[in-house]
Amino acid sequence: MSAKKVTGNAGGKAGKKSSGGSAAPAQDTKASGKPASGVAAEAAMQRGGSAGPKPMKAAGSGAPVSSCACTDPGIAAEAAAGDGSKRIHVHHVTRVEGHGNIVVVIGADNAVETVRWEVPEAPRFFEAILQGRSYKDVHQIVSRICGICSIGHQLSSLQATEDAMNIRISEQTVTLRKLAIHAENLQSHLLHLAYLVLPDLMGVNSVIPLAETHKSELVGLIGLRRLANEFSRTICGRTTHPQRMVPGGFTKLPDESELQVLLQSFRDSLPGFLKAADLFASLRHKLPDFSRETEYIGLVSPSEYALYRGEVGSTDDSRKPASFYKDVTQEYCVPQSTAKWTKNMRGSFMVGALSRYKLNHTHLKPTAKKVAETVGLTPDTVNPFHNNLAQLVECVHSVEDSMELIHWLLVEGVKREKAPVIRPRAGRGVGAVEVPRGILFHSYEYDSKGRIVEADCVIPTNMNHANIQKDLEGLVPVIAHTSEAEIELLTSMLVRAYDPCISCSTHCIDITPGQMSKPDRGVRFVYKGR
Amino acid sequence: MQNKPKIAFFDFAGCEGDQLQVANLEESLLDLLGHVEVVSFREVMTGHSEDYDIAFVEGSITRPEDEARLKEIRSHAKILVAFGACATIGGVNAMKNFMSETMYRRQVYGDNARCYSTYAARPLSAVVKVDAEIHGCPIDRNEFMRIVKDLLVGKRPFVPDYPVCAECKQAGNICRYDLGQLCLGMITRAGCGACCITEGAHCWGCRGLAPMANLDAARYVMEERAGYSRTEVQDLLRIFLSHTTAPL
Ligand code: SF4
Ligand code: SF4
Ligand code: SF4
Repeated sequence: MSAKKVTGNAGGKAGKKSSGGSAAPAQDTKASGKPASGVAAEAAMQRGGSAGPKPMKAAGSGAPVSSCACTDPGIAAEAAAGDGSKRIHVHHVTRVEGHGNIVVVIGADNAVETVRWEVPEAPRFFEAILQGRSYKDVHQIVSRICGICSIGHQLSSLQATEDAMNIRISEQTVTLRKLAIHAENLQSHLLHLAYLVLPDLMGVNSVIPLAETHKSELVGLIGLRRLANEFSRTICGRTTHPQRMVPGGFTKLPDESELQVLLQSFRDSLPGFLKAADLFASLRHKLPDFSRETEYIGLVSPSEYALYRGEVGSTDDSRKPASFYKDVTQEYCVPQSTAKWTKNMRGSFMVGALSRYKLNHTHLKPTAKKVAETVGLTPDTVNPFHNNLAQLVECVHSVEDSMELIHWLLVEGVKREKAPVIRPRAGRGVGAVEVPRGILFHSYEYDSKGRIVEADCVIPTNMNHANIQKDLEGLVPVIAHTSEAEIELLTSMLVRAYDPCISCSTHCIDITPGQMSKPDRGVRFVYKGR
Repeated sequence: MQNKPKIAFFDFAGCEGDQLQVANLEESLLDLLGHVEVVSFREVMTGHSEDYDIAFVEGSITRPEDEARLKEIRSHAKILVAFGACATIGGVNAMKNFMSETMYRRQVYGDNARCYSTYAARPLSAVVKVDAEIHGCPIDRNEFMRIVKDLLVGKRPFVPDYPVCAECKQAGNICRYDLGQLCLGMITRAGCGACCITEGAHCWGCRGLAPMANLDAARYVMEERAGYSRTEVQDLLRIFLSHTTAPL
């Protein structure tokens, strides 16, 4: 690990008193061997007045495990806590995609004993089933990793295949793909904000009762979401698992009249987004005021708010090309999770809308900047709950940027292009795109017939698991004095803020023994014989 | 509000794309909610009840512990609907059924290969009785609405028993074979309107084999007439049809 100083957190900010024990900031768990017990102290929450955190059994120590007992340790693993204790076991957190559990045990006098984020999702073995598959089918197969990010998986996969086989794509294809990414971000962010987050902010358990109590707000958001779906259909063919994208281009193009209609609907939608911004601004105070500084990672580009292409940027580290993805996402296994965890400069890092906003906010379009102001989002925020606000800002940016891209297409004219001649050859390629939940890497090695020898998919929620664990470790001590119901709500909200899509995060590759401690430096990707 | 049928959604190994299609019903979802009471839908609501009439189950069964959970769901539900290719025919998850278990475990989890339980992926019907199936990967939103309406009025939902080619002709597409490409439309169950072909792709067979599909004839067309190699044909058949009776 580098000598880069990893300071604790926002503890010193705003005159907050960080309760004792903060001498041990986020440690490099690999070096310390022991779970960073000081993490708890990193929490700085304005509610204050909480009991001083005690060292806890933080399961997410990050130490590579060579053997593990079971997939789902469950609450039974915890010895019965004594009187006055609280135990929260959220079995399968709701309103997230996939299966995750939160286990919290708080002993007498509010001493936090256990905080654990578990992922018991059934593994689906995507990297294994890709072996031997032809480059023609790969992007369709990986699309099924996730229903919500199916477009992103296809794009990252296509980039990797094109990289490996040296296929050049036209400016028109790039533009259409950028539109495809915007469509998916809009679809997913609006689903998350309207159906999954809003109920928490309104104090109800699902979107269903809102249909009666907040009909106009909900119908407004649903209308925007329908537009996002229509957008995705126009560009890609279908809202989920689209059919038009292939290595080198598109099999079918949107026609100009469809694009005109879309352009007009985007213009008409802006007032709706401003209304949504007002709604979220009015509910902002319901987002817990919790801060924990961490490393933020996302694609960056000197010319734009990077979503489709760029380099891997970080708040703590230098920029790297995507082919160095293994350096950035040092994966490791933990016993409580079928999904792997990652870390870079610190014990964990965050990816997703908030990271992108922090790294790229200067490239936001004007209305998006205005919306950020309305909802009170600033680039120096270290509150993970603000990820939801960043999602709304990104929605507006996507609409504005899409209008420009569509305008460009209409001016240039949508042209039928000849499909590039693809000559399968042995080689490796890496793809990286920003999907709703963060950066997504696909990396393939092909044989000379264009069949996969080895595939590696590193998925954003995977990268966030360790950070979710550390945020929970930070959050729980400061809310330990509250009721079990309150703790359950706030910890679930924290998990939801990340918008995790766990079902895809559960298949990650090949952790050859020893690799965790000695990460593959990624050089082998550099000499590709271009 | 009295006596609205109670419905619940569950998922096993899958991508949740089918539940997403339900969420994608947008305004029609609100209409549907006027007629049913959703008691469990983890992806969009908190709270759960074991009192339900219709259970919609997504995903395939890939672990021993999944079987117990599915049987439990079955015991509460009056009607159990498998929805999506993973649940009806095993879907892409069944691609691993052709591989050695040791290999795919090691491939993904290395030294920890034995920590995670898994076995060959199978559709729901291999474990419990399934009352209705909604095909596709992902399901078609409109078909979902139609089948739900049928179930609510106590009708057996209609599922096409003819192949995708019929709908492909209706859609006015040029046959992929005329363009020199492979397509599984001739052996695949219709109902999607041949949407993939219309979008410039070909049929991958996500709705499963049509009843009475003539596999010998299909093979003759693909291999002898169109001249594709056994491997190329197999590639396509093994995406969605891995858990069928098709000779793969
Ligand atoms: S059938 Fe397709 S859309 Fe449905 S869960 Fe399976 S992979 Fe996802
Ligand atoms: S084989 Fe495919 S493309 Fe040809 S008619 Fe049938 S469904 Fe259509
Ligand atoms: S055309 Fe084939 S692959 Fe496409 S939806 Fe229909 S059955 Fe599925």
